[in-house]
Amino acid sequence: MLRTHTKGGFRARTKLGQFAVHLILAVIGVTCIIPLVLIISSSFSEESDIATYGYSLIPRHFTTFAYQYILKVPSQIIQSYGVTIFVTVVGSITALLLMSLLAYTLSRPNFIFRKQLSFYVFFTMLFSGGLVPWYIWLSQGLQIKDSIWSLILPYLVVPWYVLLLRTYFAQLPEEVLESARVEGAGELRIFIQIVVPLSTPALATVGLFCILMFWNDWYLALLFINTAKLQPLQYMLYTILTNAQAMAANPMSTGIRMPISTVRMAMAVLATGPAVLAFLTVQRYFIRGITLGAIK
Amino acid sequence: MVQLIKPKPHLIATPTPTSTIPVSARTIATESQKDTRKYSWRVLRKNVPWMLMAAPAVVWIFIFSYIPMAGLLIALKDYRNNLGFFGSKWVGLRNFTYLFATKAAREITFNTLFMNFVFILTLLIASLTVAVLIFQIHTHYLARLYQSALFLPYFISYVIVAAFVFAFLSTNDGLVNRTLINLGLDKIQWYSEAGYWRPILTLVNLWKGVGFWSIVYFAGILAINPEFYEAAKVDGASGWHLTIHVTLPLLMPLIVINVLLSIGRIFYADFGLFYQVPRDQGLLYATTNVLDTYVFRALKTTGDIGMASAAGFYQAIVGFLLVLGSNLIVRRIDPDKSLF
Repeated sequence: MLRTHTKGGFRARTKLGQFAVHLILAVIGVTCIIPLVLIISSSFSEESDIATYGYSLIPRHFTTFAYQYILKVPSQIIQSYGVTIFVTVVGSITALLLMSLLAYTLSRPNFIFRKQLSFYVFFTMLFSGGLVPWYIWLSQGLQIKDSIWSLILPYLVVPWYVLLLRTYFAQLPEEVLESARVEGAGELRIFIQIVVPLSTPALATVGLFCILMFWNDWYLALLFINTAKLQPLQYMLYTILTNAQAMAANPMSTGIRMPISTVRMAMAVLATGPAVLAFLTVQRYFIRGITLGAIK
Repeated sequence: MVQLIKPKPHLIATPTPTSTIPVSARTIATESQKDTRKYSWRVLRKNVPWMLMAAPAVVWIFIFSYIPMAGLLIALKDYRNNLGFFGSKWVGLRNFTYLFATKAAREITFNTLFMNFVFILTLLIASLTVAVLIFQIHTHYLARLYQSALFLPYFISYVIVAAFVFAFLSTNDGLVNRTLINLGLDKIQWYSEAGYWRPILTLVNLWKGVGFWSIVYFAGILAINPEFYEAAKVDGASGWHLTIHVTLPLLMPLIVINVLLSIGRIFYADFGLFYQVPRDQGLLYATTNVLDTYVFRALKTTGDIGMASAAGFYQAIVGFLLVLGSNLIVRRIDPDKSLF
């Protein structure tokens, strides 16, 4: 009797406890989402409402005016989309290729320079020359300043991702690779036909990290890009957010008075939308990828 | 510091003297000698494709990482753009004397260390709490939803973060000031009062990082053998007792390692957070100027390459010693987690 009673009591307490846990997590979750809601809401608000009532979480009068305004004279935004898409596609593919080839070599237990090469690669995680020599070398030595390559080349090899890939490749069953070798397959063929198909989770994780790294980047543009034609999306947004003058000088602003606050937010939505969608569709891979790096 | 590639001694074939041993053995010896040769040739043939596969990335790393390392010596020069690295004059430690004579040197060192210290502590507490909470309900279908919501900010660029922080804190239209007015309070000039920015940046950093780190610790909790929990339950432990007496102690190695690795990076600040979010406002530099933003501004805004390179050198060396130290300790605890 007593036992069932306490058991029942315990269960009720845990139910209450479970509810409390859900409540706390829901509040934290909403806090994480609210800023994005604020951006989306402002982008669908009327400019005059923001001027009168300030930014709010729900539009007082729903309107797509800011989007219409942007899309009416879309030259700069389309140009920037083009730059970002080019940089993301070319950058991610090249980066993934370079890093996975390197990681494969590093993961081979029989590779004679394994130790030396590992040191060579991972030492760059411990020590770096810092911004100044790097910047001077890239802009004056390699002369990639103000070119599309300055948005791609500097990010091609990320040692942390190499580490992640190497860890994954090292777990692949050696017998499978060895039997392919016995049958006369070359290393490159083994890599493409056996290693790559077996490593989809790791390659997808790193590939998506790369995509977001290139898509979200404004730093390289801040350092190297002066021409409006070469501005990637995030950097264009940055210039718009920092100075209203940049917008006033923009050909977009001819005609009706520029709805600055809402247009800024609409631009933010347009720039982030694809990245957020990419994240939502493949976030499971990310979670697995991080776990892979955290628990070897 | 860079080791040159040298062949391993055991791969060099050592010939055995054959004249003193019987013929039967001799033939075996020559057989094996042939084998060794064949072996080393095979080893080489096997290794060449690997070397070629690694080559593009190896070249990239040399150009984009190792050459700039040598460029650190700029800090000892009076660098002039028109003279270049080799043409500029050596000036010894002059740049450092200038740098450390400024008030900024102390300010940026303090801000970098202090803010990173606060970030490490707050992120650790928050992400551990969230990980433990998610673990309580991780079989529930909502658990995945919470994780996604918390993880999402990790993928939002600081440009966007700066945009919504502005929507919250803008003096006239900001959500926070509007709310203050509605409550009958005075508005606050957020973008001209440096004092507010330590907590603001701490919150933004928490918002951005808690999802990532809670997933790391949640994975750590999942990896704990369920038998520990069973045993503790048999002993009568429940709820928070399980968390405090089972989860936390077993998670301790992972926590210690992550904290140590973060401490190793304590001399490097998150440039996006400190540059974008306070919108590069000069009035806020007292609390928001860190080593990385200082170097950037000296290089790009004021064009003072001497100061920029001296601060960069200072960061590179102290940062390296910290990374080295923390990794040495990590290696003692768990060699797998150490970078070397």
